[in-house]
Amino acid sequence: MTTTAKKSLNPLSPKERIKVPRQLMPEQNAEARAHNFEEVNLGYSAELAQQEALRCLECAKPTCTDNCPVGIDVKEFVQRIVIGDFLGAAAKIREANVLPAITGRVCPQEDQCEGKCLLSKKVKPLGIGYLERFVADYEQRMGTHIVPKVEPTGKKVAIVGSGPSGLTVAGDLIQRGHKVRVFEALNELGGVLVYGIPEFRLPKQIVREQLDYMRAMGVEFETDVVVGRTVTIDELMDEEGYDAVFIGTGAGLPQFMNIPGEHLNGVYSANEFLTRINLMKAYKFPAYDEPMLDLHGKDVAVIGGGNTALDAIRSALRLGARKAYVLYRRSEAEMPARAEEAHHARQEGIDFQMLTAPVAFLSDEKGWLTAARCVRMELGEPDASGRRRPVPKEGSEFDLPLSVAVIAIGTSANPIVQSTTPGLGTNKRGYIQASEETQRTTRKGVFAGGDIVTGSATVILAMGAGRRASKSIHEYLTTGEW
Amino acid sequence: MFKIMHAQFLAPGIKRFVIEAPRIARKQKPGQFVILRIYEEGERIPVTIENSDPQKGTINIVVQAAGKTTTLLNSLETGDSILDVVGPLGKPSEIANYGTVVVVGGGVGTAMAYPTASALKRAGNRVLSIVGARNKELVILESEMRAVSDALMITTDDGSYADKGFVTDKLRQLIQNGTRIDLVVAVGPIVMMKAVSELTRKENIRTVVSLNPIMIDGTGMCGGCRVMIDGKSEFACVDGPEFDGHKVNFEVLVQRNAMYRTAEQRSMEEFKSKREISAQASPHACQAEGVQR
Repeated sequence: MTTTAKKSLNPLSPKERIKVPRQLMPEQNAEARAHNFEEVNLGYSAELAQQEALRCLECAKPTCTDNCPVGIDVKEFVQRIVIGDFLGAAAKIREANVLPAITGRVCPQEDQCEGKCLLSKKVKPLGIGYLERFVADYEQRMGTHIVPKVEPTGKKVAIVGSGPSGLTVAGDLIQRGHKVRVFEALNELGGVLVYGIPEFRLPKQIVREQLDYMRAMGVEFETDVVVGRTVTIDELMDEEGYDAVFIGTGAGLPQFMNIPGEHLNGVYSANEFLTRINLMKAYKFPAYDEPMLDLHGKDVAVIGGGNTALDAIRSALRLGARKAYVLYRRSEAEMPARAEEAHHARQEGIDFQMLTAPVAFLSDEKGWLTAARCVRMELGEPDASGRRRPVPKEGSEFDLPLSVAVIAIGTSANPIVQSTTPGLGTNKRGYIQASEETQRTTRKGVFAGGDIVTGSATVILAMGAGRRASKSIHEYLTTGEW
Repeated sequence: MFKIMHAQFLAPGIKRFVIEAPRIARKQKPGQFVILRIYEEGERIPVTIENSDPQKGTINIVVQAAGKTTTLLNSLETGDSILDVVGPLGKPSEIANYGTVVVVGGGVGTAMAYPTASALKRAGNRVLSIVGARNKELVILESEMRAVSDALMITTDDGSYADKGFVTDKLRQLIQNGTRIDLVVAVGPIVMMKAVSELTRKENIRTVVSLNPIMIDGTGMCGGCRVMIDGKSEFACVDGPEFDGHKVNFEVLVQRNAMYRTAEQRSMEEFKSKREISAQASPHACQAEGVQR
């Protein structure tokens, strides 16, 4: 077992640390939460956090940091929790991550920091996400964000999109003295954090607090601007005097399956379903005007196995659905959703129908969805993604009665910015070409990152791209070299 | 916040707003629309831009009261504000010199047909316009349409003004008279656009219609506005709103627009009953009622 050369502040020996069980995250009772939009996880107390922090082995070569897309110094912040310096821990995280209260809640830790935790060879990994969330929330409660004062550089940066990548770039660059303005197409800031991820997984108050902090640092925001339509990238640079632009417009057009009946009433894209609920607060109808189909007593299915699919179906359950199914064409092992979300969903009573895919939607004479015609699948040879390809089982067709179906099988590139920015290179699938190292596009002074470059991924990967972009934007603004 | 610089009724229930929106005013082209949200709890609705003034930084929209949001919108006055206005969205109308173009505006759709008619006229087309309305009071933008048209024909359903009948009657007459028509642009109620498209399909006259399905973001993100074009799904917000009328599946459009009818009715009823309560309580609220007359 390796330990640091620096004297550890942890009173336990490595052997004793392994014996401490992983501290469970307190959560809202599954039966109760299936009917409300309150947050599922309630967060560690200081005692639980300190107890959990004791488990860190303080590896000489911390794989957790290596596996973090933004490279958080996990060992260091966890040690500060051990000694009760929670604000110090928060400050340590903030060096690498401007949105810790958010990533502490939505990161797929099992695939990243916690996935390679040395503890997991013998016992459960360190609860890094839970600890990150704890210190971020603690800092927020104390209201002691430190707003750094920096010398202005006189350079102006426009950021297109206020989602995870854009906010990361904004937070980083404002701290380096650049003037930053974020343009958002929707009426509320936060991108996927507000229109996509539901309240029960990421309370919007958390996002608003992070935005308030950024405003306090001097970041300017402008909503209701669809860059490419309301103003173009060229106009921002030539007429409004921006020295650099970062494009973080996110996942674009929802994909459909191109099967019969997708136009029926009751068939939604996950984007629409979640936008109605999260952004437009349709779950509070009629206090809010945006309508939603009444799901009380209705049978609802989501098609897909990612986080978006689970967010949609768990929202449907909270809106009163009688049966709530996940239809996924592969098996559980291939499901891309976070393990914790799948676990929570199951606790809440979501019915997982694995190796199942709809082939058509059926309707009544007025065009309302009545059922999904499904087939069962079996796994064949591995496909391009390395996962075993699902193959329909002959004669397995059956009709699943449904009132609402939500399609959550991914998105394709939104072309608005690309098609209105001459010289901006795109790849075969229409996403913006950007260097993996510097996030530079084919246009001088224009950078891009997040889902508009990679296709749908995660909040933290977008933030990682934002981090690389801010570093290289700063470099470009200081050297002028492209 | 977007300030209403001027608000004026054009007809009972149909109001024109001049809104301060400099960014949109600078970019707007005929055929494009905005999405607006009046207040924090409001829904997002798409509204076509009637006109804009880039110098003054204003856009004009024309709104007919139908549900809660449009009724509420029409109670706003000069000096009031709208919380969110975003645009210009959608592809602009394809403006070229086609030869002879018939522009058909039905009801409040006339306000949307007007900028296209105007641009087509400027592009050198012979513009023959047909404006239809339920009755005399609901005929809007007559002088504006006349100013950009080589000929203007008006029909009212009840015959209370100009010729009794439908816009399709006029269009059929033009065709029967042997008028050479290179393009028809039709903006108005779905039934009207469908009837126009059916008529011109037989004559093989290219026809463009402007669709107004349910929409949320207007940038291609939600897919709620998908329409069936030639058997395939397209998004009205980014692929449209104008489509080849001969390829549009109007039945699906009607069916999808009915998706929230129950909720919309509930919203409207609650809104009306609240307004009645406040009208009894406050002398000012009766002015809001007054706008409906």
